[in-house]
Amino acid sequence: MRKKEMLAMLLAGGQGSRLGILTKTKAKPAVTFGGKYRIIDFPMSNCINSGVDTVGVLTQYQPLQLNRHIGIGIPWDLDRRYGGVTVLAPHVKDGEQGHWYSGTANAIYQNINFIDTYKPTYVLVISGDHIYRMDYSKMLSFHKKNSCDATIAVLEVPFEEASRFGIMNADGEDKIYEFEEKPKEPKSNLASMGIYIFTWDKLRAALIEANKEHNDLDFGKHIIPMFLEQNRALYAYRFQDYWKDVGTIDSYWSANMDLIKAVPEFNLYEDFAKIYTSSDHQPPQFTGPDADVKASLLSEGCEVFGSVYNSTLGPDVIVESGAVIRDSIIMANCIIGENSVVDRCIIDENTAIGKNVKIGMGENVPNKLKPKIYDAGITVIGENSSIPDGVTIGKNCVIYGITDATHYQDLRLDSGETIELDSEGII
Amino acid sequence: MRAVGIILAGGNNDRLRELTEIRATSAMPVGSCYRAIDFSLSNMSNSGIKKVAVITQYNSRSLHDHLNSSKWWDFGSKQGGMFVFTPFMSKEHNSWFRGTADSIYQNISFLKRSKEPYVLITSGDGIYKMDYNNIIDFHIEKEADITILCKDMADMDVSNFGVIKLHECGKVAEFEEKPLEAFSSTISLGIYLMKRELLIELLETIIPEGRYDFVRDIVMRYRKRLNVYGCMYDGYWAAINSTESYYNINMDFLRGDVRKALFSQEPYIETKNKDEPPAKYNAGSEVKNCLVGSGSIIDGFVENSVLFRSVRIEEKAVVRSSIIMEGCKIGHGCIVEHAILDKDVTLSNGYTLKGEANNPKIIKKNSIL
Repeated sequence: MRKKEMLAMLLAGGQGSRLGILTKTKAKPAVTFGGKYRIIDFPMSNCINSGVDTVGVLTQYQPLQLNRHIGIGIPWDLDRRYGGVTVLAPHVKDGEQGHWYSGTANAIYQNINFIDTYKPTYVLVISGDHIYRMDYSKMLSFHKKNSCDATIAVLEVPFEEASRFGIMNADGEDKIYEFEEKPKEPKSNLASMGIYIFTWDKLRAALIEANKEHNDLDFGKHIIPMFLEQNRALYAYRFQDYWKDVGTIDSYWSANMDLIKAVPEFNLYEDFAKIYTSSDHQPPQFTGPDADVKASLLSEGCEVFGSVYNSTLGPDVIVESGAVIRDSIIMANCIIGENSVVDRCIIDENTAIGKNVKIGMGENVPNKLKPKIYDAGITVIGENSSIPDGVTIGKNCVIYGITDATHYQDLRLDSGETIELDSEGII
Repeated sequence: MRAVGIILAGGNNDRLRELTEIRATSAMPVGSCYRAIDFSLSNMSNSGIKKVAVITQYNSRSLHDHLNSSKWWDFGSKQGGMFVFTPFMSKEHNSWFRGTADSIYQNISFLKRSKEPYVLITSGDGIYKMDYNNIIDFHIEKEADITILCKDMADMDVSNFGVIKLHECGKVAEFEEKPLEAFSSTISLGIYLMKRELLIELLETIIPEGRYDFVRDIVMRYRKRLNVYGCMYDGYWAAINSTESYYNINMDFLRGDVRKALFSQEPYIETKNKDEPPAKYNAGSEVKNCLVGSGSIIDGFVENSVLFRSVRIEEKAVVRSSIIMEGCKIGHGCIVEHAILDKDVTLSNGYTLKGEANNPKIIKKNSIL
């Protein structure tokens, strides 16, 4: 088979548990972002915009929605006769029982055969968790110029935040001599973005060697330290543009809000390097005679008869008359009923909010069941759910399932409360 | 796979004035993100037609651009496909298409190589949603030779259409193009169904006789010898045949019932995907009763208008009752009323443009004012 200079391995198997109910039935890369996109669209589009036309997508946690979204890669021009996109799920191998992907590097290790098929010189390892636009071909040029064995993309973060990241300590030429995961006293502010280019034969050998000792191979824990120990050419590639980890409810919410600013840091409206996504059909968006829409992103097929401020709306959302949406993320196919008020709320796909509902009222009390996940004052309503007419809901609440008036006491749900129904409709 | 489709997309229309100087009528942009031909193509695809010929002639470049891939309408399959035909030179032919029948005849191998028993012929400028299986079922039930899709236009002016009078049984009694005196309110929608082999036979008869027009020389001329039926259609239908109708069709999309019938219910009308981001309404925007295309950025005031993709309305600009096509930029403080702006028009800051309600001002593509 022909050779590919570089192929990409996109790690998309993680749950992203800090996104709470949003990742209950789908992997984090499949979560909607910026109205019409899903998080994975950003790295996928980066690949094709950088000339990387062979992408292995490693899936594990709840892959159904992701698989449907990726399909055969048509939206990203990744439907190729040779190369293109391949979804790689854990599988049983000859003479053994098969294993789940137990770590980031383990997932690559388990797919050595896939990579070998294309005889690449370089392998790009990226994840489906971040919002950014990057030309990987520039990073590859850097990798070649410095004759690297591995290149790690880094972002200069403020020193006071550096202890939240994996920090690369590098010399004057940006050659990395030390890696520290979440250091208490950071020596540098070069944070790893989780984007790596490896010279494939070096990585291949390292994976095979390290796998003998660790069955949960991880790039940060095992492979990078091993490269450093062996004194390999490991360089930091400085990236100086918008990059956002959307791992928590708060960061996810604020990254969406970033897009709304008059001159956003991350500009979707650039003609070069477009972000592509799969959309079934794209009817025009309608704004009604009495609607009021300000500082918002509205996707195709939305019909707005009420008011929308500071919010992003996914495709085919209906906002009925008198409804007011403020500082919220409303995903595809939701209906917001007449005269309802939605304040600082994330509503997942296919959810119906009844009439005269009020969401996001009252005190800012962290969620009682999961205070670490829901503490930013944002109420989250899961996919395929519904809220009956006339209900008042507080802040940091979580609702999942088709709820009716019997699930609420006096048609109220106080701040920090949770209603999570299973498929039978039972709490 | 009961039928193959033929879309006659070769024409332009003088009554569309500047708008079709640069494009075929079938390539006219409508409803924020569509081209006229999307409706016929989507209807065919949604009705299970797998193989379609698009016959172009007048400024075919405009259509080729839109039809650069068949995948948007799901025609990219091995068992079928989308064939775009333009006039060509060969040993036998050395001319433009001399008429609609001639344009099919010059591509008769498309018909001869197909296996489907029926052929559905449509124009590319109709705006409607229909399951063509209805006309096929009607045709079979009536044992018709040719079936014409018809619509009762009630008290609308029909003098620009083919007017038809039907017998009780559905058989065509009278059929006249653009009659001086309308004898009926029923019109032909320019959509015809017949047996594929009958069409081949008729074409091979009339072309050597120097007859080249499908409607006049086949449908009308043979209406007494063959069983020609009219199948009534009562949904939304409109054809782009003048600037007036073009303007009105776009404004029709501001009606909820029309959007519901055409856009928000399956099966969907598909179009070429341009991957534009969501429309962006900035803090000062005021938008009332408008269709807004994706990729647009709005700072100003827009009312009763249709904005296509990637339109930029700057601060303090006022747009009323207008159609603003893809890529237009309306500068700071501009006033636009009753206008049709073709693609990529730029209005510099403070420019005022006013047409009249029954005579919208048309600005040519790429103009900078």
